[in-house]
Amino acid sequence: MQTVIEGENYSVEWDPTTRTAALKGILRLNGLVEYAPIAQFLSHAVPAGSMTLDLQGLEFLNSSGIAMLSKFTIEIRNRKTVDLLVLGSKAVGWQGKSLVNLCKLMPTLRMEIV
Amino acid sequence: MVEIIGDFSEEMGGISDGLTLTFSASSLPLKHRWRNNGLSADFLADYVATFIPKDEDDPGSLSRQQEIRGAVAYIANELLENAMKYGEEALAAPTTIKLVLAADAILFSEINCTGAGRGATFRGFVRELAASNPAEMYLRQLERSGEGGGSGLGLLTMVNDYGAALAWKFQDLQDGTMRITTQVRLEI
Repeated sequence: MQTVIEGENYSVEWDPTTRTAALKGILRLNGLVEYAPIAQFLSHAVPAGSMTLDLQGLEFLNSSGIAMLSKFTIEIRNRKTVDLLVLGSKAVGWQGKSLVNLCKLMPTLRMEIV
Repeated sequence: MVEIIGDFSEEMGGISDGLTLTFSASSLPLKHRWRNNGLSADFLADYVATFIPKDEDDPGSLSRQQEIRGAVAYIANELLENAMKYGEEALAAPTTIKLVLAADAILFSEINCTGAGRGATFRGFVRELAASNPAEMYLRQLERSGEGGGSGLGLLTMVNDYGAALAWKFQDLQDGTMRITTQVRLEI
């Protein structure tokens, strides 16, 4: 894993061999403008093939962050070239509540909440 | 003029038991004040968590406490972010957030003032939310999430993902501004 983006309480890490992007920490950025660097990285990480988005270490995400993930999911859905797996954790409150909505946006998305 | 939307509790304003945080307009840069939202939300969540019974030998009670803590931190943060996003700096009225613990619910009341124009736009969104199927509206707003701010996603997640009940009071003030009270009831 290499750290590609680092903020005050969060980081985005990338493992090119497993094509896994991991969001970690606490994300409470102000609107989609502040989320743009993360959104841009996710959107360009994998042009085609399999990709894993690992959110297990993401303790907190505000609604702007949920909007960013929704936008990413819709982009992947429309592109039709990426097989996306999302990993979540039952131990993290917001994930059990809100992650399932991504499946509604993209029914072919695979989600594992462990 | 006063408009009430949802099951608004006038009594809540009179309850003195609870925790109230007040934020006055300040000259600090937005980035500093934005960080304050998260710190305040965490503080409120930790405060509530101390009242939720926890048994070290019962993992169920620990995860319940964590779940409630997470829900309070999320809801409080969204209310404060909204107040900062849609409030108006120049207005002298402070933003307050109050948290009350009832036997079966946690009640939030957030009050902020804004200009008449912004207030009317927000009231329009709230009227639409109150008249819609929240699950359908949520999905619609998620689909539109690429379009940027003002989606009301914070309020929609509270209703759909956390099962919270929301209510509002919109008051037109004499100086042409609007006072908005947002109440959130989270069953526990």
